[in-house]
Amino acid sequence: MAFKRQIDRLPIPPKDAKVHNVTCHYCIVGCGYKAYTWPRNKQGTAKSNALGIDLSQQQGADGTWVAPSMHNIVRQDGKDVHLAVVPDKECVVNSGLVSIRGGRMAENRPSRITNTQQQRLTDPMIWRNGTWQPTSWDDALDLVARVTARVISEYGEDELLVSMFDHGGSAGGYENTWGTGKLYFQSMNIKNARIHNRPAYNSEVHATRDMGIGELNYSYSDYEVTDTIFMIGANSLETQTNLFLNHMRKGMENGARFISVDPRRTVTINAAEEIAGKENVLHLPIDPGSDMVLMNAILTHIVDNGWTDKEFIKNSTFQGGEAVAADAAHPAGLGSLDYAMQTCRTTTAKAAEICKVPEADIIKAAEWIAKPKADGSRRKCVTCYEKGIIWGNDNYRSNGAIVNIALATGNIGREGGGCCRLGGHQEGYYRPADHVGRPATYVDQLLISGGGKVQHIWACDHFKTTLNAAQYKKVHRRRAGMVKDAMDAAASGTREQQVEAILAAVNAGGLFVVDTDIIHSQIGQNAHVILPAVESNEMNLTSMNGERRLRLSEKYMDGPGDAKPDCLIAAGIAQNLERVLREMGKNDYADKFKGYDWKTEEDAFMDGYHQGNPDVTYDRLRAMGNNGVQEPVHGYENGKLLGTPRLYADGKFDRHGRKDKKALFCAAGWRGLQAPGKERERATHKFWINNVRANIFWQNQFLDQDNDFIQDRFPYPFIEMNPQDMADMGLNPGDLIEIHNENGSTQGMAYPTKTARPGQVAMVFGSPSGSQGNVVNPGVNELVLPDYKHTWGNIRKIANATPKAKGVSFKSKEYTS
Amino acid sequence: MRCKNLVDVGRRQFLRGGAMATAGAAVVTVAGASSASAAPVAGAQLDYPSNKLANIADLKVNEPMDIEYPDADSPGALIKLGKAVEGGVGPDGDIVAFSTLCPHKGYNVNYNDKDRTMNCPGHFSRFDVESGGQQVWGHATSNLPQFVLRVDAKGDIYAEGASDLIFGRPSNVL
Repeated sequence: MAFKRQIDRLPIPPKDAKVHNVTCHYCIVGCGYKAYTWPRNKQGTAKSNALGIDLSQQQGADGTWVAPSMHNIVRQDGKDVHLAVVPDKECVVNSGLVSIRGGRMAENRPSRITNTQQQRLTDPMIWRNGTWQPTSWDDALDLVARVTARVISEYGEDELLVSMFDHGGSAGGYENTWGTGKLYFQSMNIKNARIHNRPAYNSEVHATRDMGIGELNYSYSDYEVTDTIFMIGANSLETQTNLFLNHMRKGMENGARFISVDPRRTVTINAAEEIAGKENVLHLPIDPGSDMVLMNAILTHIVDNGWTDKEFIKNSTFQGGEAVAADAAHPAGLGSLDYAMQTCRTTTAKAAEICKVPEADIIKAAEWIAKPKADGSRRKCVTCYEKGIIWGNDNYRSNGAIVNIALATGNIGREGGGCCRLGGHQEGYYRPADHVGRPATYVDQLLISGGGKVQHIWACDHFKTTLNAAQYKKVHRRRAGMVKDAMDAAASGTREQQVEAILAAVNAGGLFVVDTDIIHSQIGQNAHVILPAVESNEMNLTSMNGERRLRLSEKYMDGPGDAKPDCLIAAGIAQNLERVLREMGKNDYADKFKGYDWKTEEDAFMDGYHQGNPDVTYDRLRAMGNNGVQEPVHGYENGKLLGTPRLYADGKFDRHGRKDKKALFCAAGWRGLQAPGKERERATHKFWINNVRANIFWQNQFLDQDNDFIQDRFPYPFIEMNPQDMADMGLNPGDLIEIHNENGSTQGMAYPTKTARPGQVAMVFGSPSGSQGNVVNPGVNELVLPDYKHTWGNIRKIANATPKAKGVSFKSKEYTS
Repeated sequence: MRCKNLVDVGRRQFLRGGAMATAGAAVVTVAGASSASAAPVAGAQLDYPSNKLANIADLKVNEPMDIEYPDADSPGALIKLGKAVEGGVGPDGDIVAFSTLCPHKGYNVNYNDKDRTMNCPGHFSRFDVESGGQQVWGHATSNLPQFVLRVDAKGDIYAEGASDLIFGRPSNVL
């Protein structure tokens, strides 16, 4: 039985409600919303209200409507106010559309009136007397600084392991990446850092960058005027919802064809068929991990038929054979098209055999991408890819093989073209140059093997979202436990005695863990100091979306309790490190931690992003509203920031830093499943465990674990499974099942669907109650990019469907007309 | 499939009071894992009209009947499912009614009589009428609003409330 809100009316925002610009902080698309706030004891009327419509009348389809999830009562400047967060029709990104995530921004705010999100952290906490005890910022940061200063000054900065987000939106953004980046890459030279979703500090798309092409080079409007949308390893209706509904859809309605490369049939493919007609949609359900072979065959077919863009290749791509040889930092050679073809050349017949799709469909894909139209004009094609490639097999070469096609057909830097990752979070990276090197340290393995003495974690929960997670958790718990035991043993001692006890524990193999987050996360269970952060709209935050659209999402409410922006927490750590190092007599070292006298997040923005982009200020961004400006910003005229709708419009490519500004092709040589152990795992287990996303809690499961509407739909992580496989195993819908292999085990709820092919299951990633990473082996590529997507395991039943699971609908997720 | 067999529900002829039998008031709140409620102003409910929708004899299994509730601007569907469901009324416990305005963007949803779901052509959301209108997949931030039903001794079916806010209005009773 479905969750019922039992709400049948809502307060009406009065005409004089305050209005704030909001960019949804959940996914990369960054839809525009307006947040209205007004005093709790005031209301508008049906005829006079902030929405400017007659609310006594039923609104039609697409009409303005405040859903119950869009309302809450929050604190603003110390007072309780109504909040309504409503999609913005004037924002070109979403044109008033709302996703199941963004439409719940208001109800996922902490409220002491409506009791929402009471899981949010409110006070700094220190492990004391066997539990976490609330304390002041001064006390918490003093302990962080004393332990950290001792370790970095006595044992070196390599003993400080840092896990930190690198993204925008949520708790990321230019302010917070700068605050943390300045601390770890300017004041310190941290080498052993990793990013929130992968075990090293690296790019997820090294290949395209090495080829000269930044991975976000188009405008979303390119989808609307293209001839073909070529999507690889992505499921945009779920994970970039309003990019699909507001831009890709328009493209298909304008006649674009749609190609999806995905081992699994998705709701995106189903919707594309509804929009464009089945005859204009091509699904290539390739064998898992064989993307590169398919790309190479498509490229070969295009080259051999002369469908390449010869002028573009001549003018904009490297002509002299090999430009960059394969080496430890480059998993493939780079150079001219001819050079790459020596390696990439693959017949469509061979690809059909490896990819296990019909040869005719591979040829059809090549034709849809590049065969000139009847009048001889070139076809335009937008190419887009995401985690199927990024977290897939042989990341570098697979990425390069995709970009090869876009380059060979001249589809970068032109209207209706582009070759882009679709993205997860928004972007918002502004940091000093890092010191991690390439290949970067595999930090998880370093930690597992006993490396590091202190760990600073920023809004990451590796317990839910890393690979080899079972092993990581086991070691992390043991090492952090040693420090907890030491702190407990010294509980009655002074701060100095506590620090000595912690130092002794970390020198004996323990790990001192500082966790900054908005909630008490799973990895936070091992922390010794917990620092409460705010997120977007509890602070001002700037980020850019998947078409580089930069917006200021405005603060409209107070953070919970004593929580602070990450940038100011980083500043607090720096200031305390300076103080403690000076006390220790290390004045030169202490001086490195100067320069953090920020009072607000805007100060951090001005110290960081603004220095590199002097035209951009909060006031100017605020004036640009929810449409913002597309980066890079190249001026300010007549009260407007001047942006760049599309990169590389001049045919010059510079992301690799080459002076000749020529793009490079990638010699993407196929070598099967690249990551160690994958082929053996495939050979010895029954099921391929695909790792997938669901629109309902994509990017916000950490909040949705405290959201009744979401928990009612999926009380446990779903594992989509073929109905016949379920019948063979005696499984009923909703039964709890365990996936197990040599790496570990995880569990979820069996969800029958024909979209799961026999022997393949699709488990939702990142769930708080079933970590898919437990069963993912530690295999990575040469640049330490994990292959989460290729995991094989066996399945056993744990329990019959629980009463909660019995309330769940197990019908097909595919819309039927 | 939409049944065009519109019943005369006596528009806006609200039969207030008196009929307090609770046979139909079986729309149950199912709380999630957490004790914290997501409902900001739950509790007080509006004064709903009691509108006759149909008689049990008018309904055929799996053939939805178009209705309007609480008023003529709010379309819905009355369905006899042929099997008892939680929240179902009538002697077989199998009669349910829902708003047919998608709680995402207000498009009219269509009934798929094969798997008994409501499907929105606007943005591809779908709802399971056998599971209390639970959104199977989609963009709405609430499940399909379900109408509270009551059946009297004559077999007349009345709607007397709603579980969720209906799309396009700040109050279910305008």
